[in-house]
Amino acid sequence: MRVTLKVWRQKDAKAEGRFVTYEASEVNPEMSFLEMLDVVNESLALEGEDPIAFDHDCREGICGTCGVVINGRPHGPRERTTACQLHMRSFSDGDVLTIEPWRADAFPVVRDLVVDRTAFDRIMAAGGFVSATIGGAQDGNTIPIPKEDSDLAMDAAACIGCGACVAACPNASAMLFTAAKISHLGLLPQGQPERSERVRSMVARMDAEGFGTCTNHGECEAACPKAIRVEFIARMNADFVRAKFTAGRRESGLAEGNG
Amino acid sequence: MKLDARVPSGPIEKKWEKHRFEMKLVNPSNKRRYSIIVVGSGLAGGGGAAAMAELGYNVRCFCYQDSPRRAHSIAAQGGINAAKNYRNDGDSVRRLFYDTVKGGDFRAREANVYRLAEVSVNIIDQCVAQGVPFAREYGGLLDNRSFGGAQVSRTFYARGQTGQQLLLGAYQALERQIGLGQVAMYSRHEMQELIVVDGRARGVVVRDMVTGELETHLADAVCLATGGYGNVFYLATNAKGCNTTAIWRAYKKGAAFANPCFTQIHPTCIPVTGEYQSKLTLMSESLRNDGRIWVPKAKGDKRPPIEIPEDERDYYLERMYPTYGNLAPRDIASRAAKRVCDEGRGVGPTGRGVYLDFKDAIARLGKRKIEENYGNLFEMYQRITDENPYEVPMCIYPASHYTMGGLWVDYDLMSTIPGLFVLGEANFSDHGANRLGASALMQGLGDGYFVIPHTIGNYLAREKFSPVPDDHPEVVAAQEAVAARTKRLLAIRGRRSVTSFHRELGKILWEHCGMERNRKGLEHALGQLPGLREEFWKNVNVPGSGQELNQSLEVAGRVADFLELGELMCLDALERDESCGCHFRTEHQMADGEAKRDDQKFCHVAAWEHTGDGRKPNRHVEPLTYENVDLAVRSYK
Amino acid sequence: HIILAVAAIAPREEARMLPAPGFVRSSIGRKVIMAVTGAILFGFVIGHLIGNLQVYLGPEAMNGYGAFLREVFHGAGLWIVRAVLLAAVILHIWAATSLTLQSRAARPVGYRQQKWKESTYASRTMRWSGVIVFAFVVYHLMHFTFGNVHPSFIEGDVYHNFVAGFRSVPVSLFYIFSMILLGLHLRHGVWSMFQTLGVSHPRYLRIAHIGAWIFAALIVIGNIFFPLAVLAGFVK
Ligand SMILES: Cc1cc2nc3c(=O)[nH]c(=O)nc-3n(C[C@H](O)[C@H](O)[C@H](O)COP(=O)(O)OP(=O)(O)OC[C@H]3O[C@@H](n4cnc5c(N)ncnc54)[C@H](O)[C@@H]3O)c2cc1C
Ligand code: HEM
Ligand code: HEM
Ligand code: SF4
Ligand code: F3S
Ligand code: FES
Repeated sequence: MRVTLKVWRQKDAKAEGRFVTYEASEVNPEMSFLEMLDVVNESLALEGEDPIAFDHDCREGICGTCGVVINGRPHGPRERTTACQLHMRSFSDGDVLTIEPWRADAFPVVRDLVVDRTAFDRIMAAGGFVSATIGGAQDGNTIPIPKEDSDLAMDAAACIGCGACVAACPNASAMLFTAAKISHLGLLPQGQPERSERVRSMVARMDAEGFGTCTNHGECEAACPKAIRVEFIARMNADFVRAKFTAGRRESGLAEGNG
Repeated sequence: MKLDARVPSGPIEKKWEKHRFEMKLVNPSNKRRYSIIVVGSGLAGGGGAAAMAELGYNVRCFCYQDSPRRAHSIAAQGGINAAKNYRNDGDSVRRLFYDTVKGGDFRAREANVYRLAEVSVNIIDQCVAQGVPFAREYGGLLDNRSFGGAQVSRTFYARGQTGQQLLLGAYQALERQIGLGQVAMYSRHEMQELIVVDGRARGVVVRDMVTGELETHLADAVCLATGGYGNVFYLATNAKGCNTTAIWRAYKKGAAFANPCFTQIHPTCIPVTGEYQSKLTLMSESLRNDGRIWVPKAKGDKRPPIEIPEDERDYYLERMYPTYGNLAPRDIASRAAKRVCDEGRGVGPTGRGVYLDFKDAIARLGKRKIEENYGNLFEMYQRITDENPYEVPMCIYPASHYTMGGLWVDYDLMSTIPGLFVLGEANFSDHGANRLGASALMQGLGDGYFVIPHTIGNYLAREKFSPVPDDHPEVVAAQEAVAARTKRLLAIRGRRSVTSFHRELGKILWEHCGMERNRKGLEHALGQLPGLREEFWKNVNVPGSGQELNQSLEVAGRVADFLELGELMCLDALERDESCGCHFRTEHQMADGEAKRDDQKFCHVAAWEHTGDGRKPNRHVEPLTYENVDLAVRSYK
Repeated sequence: HIILAVAAIAPREEARMLPAPGFVRSSIGRKVIMAVTGAILFGFVIGHLIGNLQVYLGPEAMNGYGAFLREVFHGAGLWIVRAVLLAAVILHIWAATSLTLQSRAARPVGYRQQKWKESTYASRTMRWSGVIVFAFVVYHLMHFTFGNVHPSFIEGDVYHNFVAGFRSVPVSLFYIFSMILLGLHLRHGVWSMFQTLGVSHPRYLRIAHIGAWIFAALIVIGNIFFPLAVLAGFVK
């Protein structure tokens, strides 16, 4: 089969970007989407042109490195599928594919389809952890955890940090990513001691990174390759309100406003 | 070069404890005066960086991905072993130790393996405390499964995403230290060169992959935790970026490279479909717990699997290995698959595949239970192949997966270059000639969380350090070497793509240095490789410049190193004139086709010393002695 | 060109934890204000609808109700309600505006192509439907409360104002149009409210959605019937 690609090309963060059209002939339907790009890139390189830069690593849907918007859908048309696991058989002969990078102020374009997602790392650094100093742990079976809780925590922990939620959100909001981590840790006994501090500082960092706000569109869930559910956002909202209003018990009077 | 493993004396159960007591400690208030470079943010690197930062050292951590959370450890599916004996099924530190040594076909260092088994217990505790959502039973306690040819249930898992969850635990600990300013994280930075000053590792030259700038980082010690080199075969289950560059540069700076030919071929991967194929996807070994592996009895039987009646199917693993059946170790299962395909009984479009069938398991346990255990793996399979494994059997074939070989390290994980420590898959790990399932995650975290934090202090406390001047000849030399290499790659502007060279290299190695090896084939490969390398440096096409994000340049640099490594692998495979574990020399097999070890001549680690480009490297040996397990013939019948 | 990295590492500014800003400045805080004020307005609209149903009971009932509203708590009641409503509208609009600006800034460069899966027309037009509903309220007050855009306004004769007011077809059409937008606004708003306040539970998710639909529909239908009833001469 053959497809036409309209690809966003941008030399670096500062440069002007534009769409460039490429023809991909003899595409094999068994190819993955990224393998199709590989083939296009090989021929570009041999013609002395710069290949299309795109992020990828594991190519099996788990590292969260890959991710482009294909015909208006982050990671492409297939549900619960990362770009690297999308196969060309999901398209048909003669299709025109518009390929764009994630679009968000907090995810500046680095080159072509590659964006800078370190904002996610900074949200994590703000509190996305349990402060369990290495060596100090008690036996793993000391605290039994209801299966439903740990399964639910696992549902949230399955987030691969790809950023498709931000890309899909009409408001470029990072609520789903942040809520997934807050819920993962908040659902487990190990996460309780820092639960309030965590939600306060992670949300503060999320806002400071310049993501949009959530108006409950639900596009993030629909685009999420790991089907992280928006119910976690509701969970985070509740946690946040509780945390804010119960904060600073020891600073008389100033309960509000100090993280 | 002399290989001194510095294994502490005394009974094996007491070695690690004794050593921890004898090691010199760094005074808490002095720790911040020391700076440590950690290359790699996987279980070993990320875990190690976090652990050392928690102790108060100044750590700088590097990875080539855009975030430390994406290290290849993330891809591990099946699980992690620990001698917890939560099942009360007779497991113990000693049994895990024994299984690992035996599984490695008696080519691993006893003392290290024992320590690994000891710390395995702490690893699980630590991960649970970090909030790793391991699978649990309804009672709320941790669940286990038996995995990769173990007769006890000692494998802890988190759905099919164990590596991901363990790595997120380490990553979160790392991010905490980054937030506290104790670790400086450099993502999208690729190590290009090691800096050795006065015989000690003192820094690295890295390339900022966004701007192309070459940065020099100097420190008191360097840890490499850069993972395995399985991608040398081009088609592998490894992430595309996995490379040998970091350890190869160290090798060329004087670190011995141990057992390069010990590369593991994983039996259950999705078969190749075409030339364009860029990687192979692993189907977790845990599937072998409930799936039954078979091929048609008749050659060239092209009927769809469901139409082949029971009595015309050959469940060859169950037939050949009654006790272990479908759970036979990886090297054995892989070779068996190759054999039946060579006999012309292979299935799938290319005839290089075997069936992994869940019909019976679904009948026995019900679809729900299967879905619960393997749901996401089945989904992944269907996504890739467009076939529904609940109805038709999976089609699988072996693929390059893990490398037991790596930089040689002593008991303290220090290479032959003082101050250069090597952790995780990057070292010639504790797995001998074959790794058992679910033990690499264990080793990565063991090295990172529980070994390096102690042993690095022991080194730092014993040494004196004066700051290395920026213009020290060694520093300048390293910088210039990298700059020159980059320039050279960009200057060629040849006619062949980087990938085409990598593919060709992979084909040669897969053919002659893969599941089965022999003198003829290895000599043939050794004849071909230098030519391929020459052509690469004459005719490779690397577009773009060095002052920008240039993915072709990144790949070219990695392939250039693979081309050299491939040669060392063949050399090592040729010189090791025996069969052991994954290293199967057709000249050395039993009547029934099992690997035939030669403990007289080869009960040792082979560590190679670089002697200059185009020169034959020196082969050194570290003899292996077994005081706690007797060198038995490894049998899984 | 080769650069030398700093040997000593100062904590990277962006990596440090920042003190969390006040509730009101945080995105979620403003969302909650939006939800609470939204809830108040929503409650008012329902109550208001029920009150207006009196029109079907004839002039006495309607005017009595109007009078009651004005006299309850010696006249204080109405002012309290008005104060609350006014505060709610102001806060609601302020929150909506600042959140909207933040979201606009979060995506300076848009997509060439974007396909929606989950979001609804209602959810994507909240800002417009809101503004129009607000414009409606302003007009509505001038129409029925201050009477300055009313053809024959009689202070206190709510029934007359009501009937006379809707006799004009364009006015009625504007009301109907506004009510439909209000319906859209509430259709997403009410479900969104649960989500924002964190009371949504997977088991009741569908119920929340259906509930939002039903309430929005009731309000639209109930309100649209007033002008229709007048035009149809059913209420004279
Ligand atoms: C598909 C798959 C499934 C597996 N399943 C299991 C399992 O179920 N159980 C099990 O025990 N093991 C499993 N393994 C093996 C196990 O995952 C790995 O051996 C282990 O995770 C290696 O960890 P590591 O920290 O040593 O290296 P990695 O996790 O590979 O990390 C390497 C790090 O080094 C960095 N790096 C590499 N080169 C450079 C460079 N030149 N410059 C800068 N940084 C560099 C990378 O960015 C990365 O951060 C699996 C492996 C694969 C491929
Ligand atoms: C200029 C006027 C208005 C604007 C700009 C506006 C805008 C918005 C926006 C953007 C939301 C948030 C949607 C979301 O977060 O999902 C919202 C929610 C809501 N609005 Fe309005 N609105 C306005 C007036 C009104 C009026 C007059 C009413 C009632 C009659 C109302 C009732 C609601 C309700 C009940 C919600 C749900 C609360 C929530 O979403 O959290 N709004 N509005
Ligand atoms: C077709 C539907 C509606 C009808 C027939 C209607 C009718 C009226 C009438 C007759 C009054 C005057 C009551 C009095 O002076 O005693 C009034 C007041 C008012 N209406 Fe409505 N209304 C409608 C819809 C709405 C809606 C949707 C809103 C808000 C979103 C609204 C907000 C108000 C307000 C704020 C007042 C002033 C109350 C006060 O005196 O403070 N109305 N309405
Ligand atoms: S929530 Fe889903 S879409 Fe968002 S980063 Fe995580 S995996 Fe990606
Ligand atoms: S799409 Fe955006 S608006 Fe909220 S529900 Fe998801 S973040
Ligand atoms: S490349 Fe890893 S998720 Fe796509």
